[in-house]
Amino acid sequence: MAVPKYKTSKARTRTRKSINMKLVAPKLVECSTCGNKVLPHRVCPKCGFYRGKQVLNLEDIG
Amino acid sequence: MRHRVGFNRLDRKTSHRKAMLRNMVTSLFRYERITTTKAKALEARRIADKMITRAKEDTVHSRRIIAKDIGDKEILNKLFTEIAPMFQERAGGYTRILKLGQRQGDAAEVVLLELVEKTEDKKEEKKKAKKKAPKKAAEAAAE
Repeated sequence: MAVPKYKTSKARTRTRKSINMKLVAPKLVECSTCGNKVLPHRVCPKCGFYRGKQVLNLEDIG
Repeated sequence: MRHRVGFNRLDRKTSHRKAMLRNMVTSLFRYERITTTKAKALEARRIADKMITRAKEDTVHSRRIIAKDIGDKEILNKLFTEIAPMFQERAGGYTRILKLGQRQGDAAEVVLLELVEKTEDKKEEKKKAKKKAPKKAAEAAAE
């Protein structure tokens, strides 16, 4: 049976994996109401608006 | 063939899942908006939408079918007399899911599951209509 002759070094393993280990910064958009940076397609956690409508009353939640 | 016709088992046994979804749908009809995770919301919405469609026709038969899943008579009545009539003109898509963000602890995606139309809004509209109506009547009388 074919068997690897040498142990894969840490450097080799990590070089191979490096492409998938990259951290990607989240893509943020500005809230159309308060200008706060928010994740796209999410209700703004600062003002509770989504697509120009008040969907969450933050005072109620406290 | 029943290929590719699936649903999310939500990591629960059938009885657990059924009970949970029943409770969720009952709560949705009671409060008209509930906060939950995305996976649960998508499953609960399937059931809720089907129930509303069924409830559009207020017959003893459809009431009995839905009463299998909604034990609370008050909510059952609300579904048939308040919620379903609001959607009479709408062919599906009675619920809306709004993403809120991730939960601390398990980073689950939290969403808001709500009815597209609210009974409160409807009541206000009626009140406004009633307020307007007497005025118009009065104007007509003055002329």
